[in-house]
Amino acid sequence: MRKRLPLSFCALGLLAVLFLLPFYLIARNALMSDEQITSPHWAWLPPQPHWDNFIKLFQDPTAPMLTGLINSAFIAIVTLVLQMLISSMAGYALARIPARGRDTVFAVIVATLMIPSAVTFVPTFAVTAYLGGVNTRWGIVAPGLFSAFSIFLFRQFYLRFPEDVEEAGRLDGLGYFGIYRHLLLPNSLNILMALGVLTFIGSWNSFLWPLVIGQDPSAWTVQVVLSTFLTAQTVHLAQLFAAAGVAVAPLVLVFLLMQRYIVEGAKFSGGKE
Amino acid sequence: MSSLSSSVARRPNADRSATIAFWAFISPALIGLTLFTLIPIGWGFLLSLSHAQNTIHFTHFVGLRNYIDLLTDEEFLRSLATIVVFAAFIVPLTYAASLGLALMVNRVATGRSFFRTVFFIPSAVSYVAASLIWRVSLFNGLSFGFANHLLSLIGLAPIVWIGTANPPWYWLVLVTVRLWLQVGFFMIIFLAGLQEIPSSLYEAAAVDGADPGWQMLRHITLPQLRNTSISVLLLSLIAAFQAFDEFYSVLGSGGSANGNISLARPPLVYLYSLALSNQDFGRGAAGGFILTGLIVAITLIQGRIVRFGEADP
Repeated sequence: MRKRLPLSFCALGLLAVLFLLPFYLIARNALMSDEQITSPHWAWLPPQPHWDNFIKLFQDPTAPMLTGLINSAFIAIVTLVLQMLISSMAGYALARIPARGRDTVFAVIVATLMIPSAVTFVPTFAVTAYLGGVNTRWGIVAPGLFSAFSIFLFRQFYLRFPEDVEEAGRLDGLGYFGIYRHLLLPNSLNILMALGVLTFIGSWNSFLWPLVIGQDPSAWTVQVVLSTFLTAQTVHLAQLFAAAGVAVAPLVLVFLLMQRYIVEGAKFSGGKE
Repeated sequence: MSSLSSSVARRPNADRSATIAFWAFISPALIGLTLFTLIPIGWGFLLSLSHAQNTIHFTHFVGLRNYIDLLTDEEFLRSLATIVVFAAFIVPLTYAASLGLALMVNRVATGRSFFRTVFFIPSAVSYVAASLIWRVSLFNGLSFGFANHLLSLIGLAPIVWIGTANPPWYWLVLVTVRLWLQVGFFMIIFLAGLQEIPSSLYEAAAVDGADPGWQMLRHITLPQLRNTSISVLLLSLIAAFQAFDEFYSVLGSGGSANGNISLARPPLVYLYSLALSNQDFGRGAAGGFILTGLIVAITLIQGRIVRFGEADP
């Protein structure tokens, strides 16, 4: 037993190096010149960091990086806030408010849970285009606000909310809205943060839907800018990696700060809480 | 007693306010899901039965023509075969790798949270950004690519990782990029599952003389992780069938000069070009339904296989 631990520790160490390698490659290439990247002599570190790659990137009209960052931040934040609000409200109604038709509504929501969203992107595009959502931020945001999965998880969470707390609130004169606002929401911070951070990351990183809806450069998200940059030109390698760094860095920061909640969110998604 | 009678007296009123509150709380979600999920399904179904070229309206019904066209279209069938092959690689590999990492991280005495963070952090990276690193740096076909640099250190010639159909090295690129991105997430789910296994089970097995390695894994850990395993397999399978980002980003968009997408075009990339480049929304919608059918069928088959194992202790 004692002999085995160092071995698995070494194996983990080696795997950790492998898992961190892509981050290293972004940083290395983003801080080199194009000639240094393509040089036949491999350099592990940039001889002197080329910070100007980032300046050139933001001046490059073929990659509207600043627009992309603004669009992505807007989309991810709006999706995070509204999806959490809409889902927790619906979850509360499904778990705690007795009303006729509730079982039917729940059955419909569970049914939509089974439909893989990417598979319906063609007709969802048709509907969103019909509503005038092409090349608009709201067109990119709207379908992501309504998640049957989040609603389901909030319902499961509120089903376990202690009944006597709710009853005490009712005796204090709280109605359904008051109970939601003053009792359930303050006690849902954990699940709100857990699902919220996952939603934020998923929204920032999503690609197919923003690509389909945001056809005009003014509506491009960071991922679409990055993809266009990747397929349009392969000459300015350093700028390409600077762009990747700009797209990845904010999320790595969010990840490191919010890791505790992301772990909770992963457990929720996997059916463990 | 008095509270009971008062609540009975309040009933009709409470019923009405409950109904109002229920619909008030549920309606934002219900309207949104109706607009962006239910109506698209219905609209898509009607589109799939229509000749809808350059239009998102269903005016010209053609029956099952789009379905028949697609199911006899070699390109589409090849895309279905591509995604089945991809899933056959990525699902078992993801399962084994995430379980393996979870078992190792769970056991290690020092640096557990460090290792957990390192393996989990790729979850923050987008498929587009990761594909960029894989395509332009890690598996660049020229000698300055990282993998080729390592090969040169042991005296091997550089490999064209992405451009050639034979040998199909591009599968290595596509599978490793998804593996790197998603393994940490599933490792976290397995770690949560491992922590729920009561240690008394292992202690009892040790008393019975079970060896702490393979026997305990086979007879305690794996059976106890059954539900977790089913979630991981299901989530990774459904995600694999909807692969788009890394194929599009690694192999090129098809229209462009540097596109290698004909090497491995998954269904969503095919439907994307069908609906958005060719503007054939009828066949695009029909393809979505065929893919959904395939996902449902394979999920059911996988469910049967997993449950089949359950009957055999």
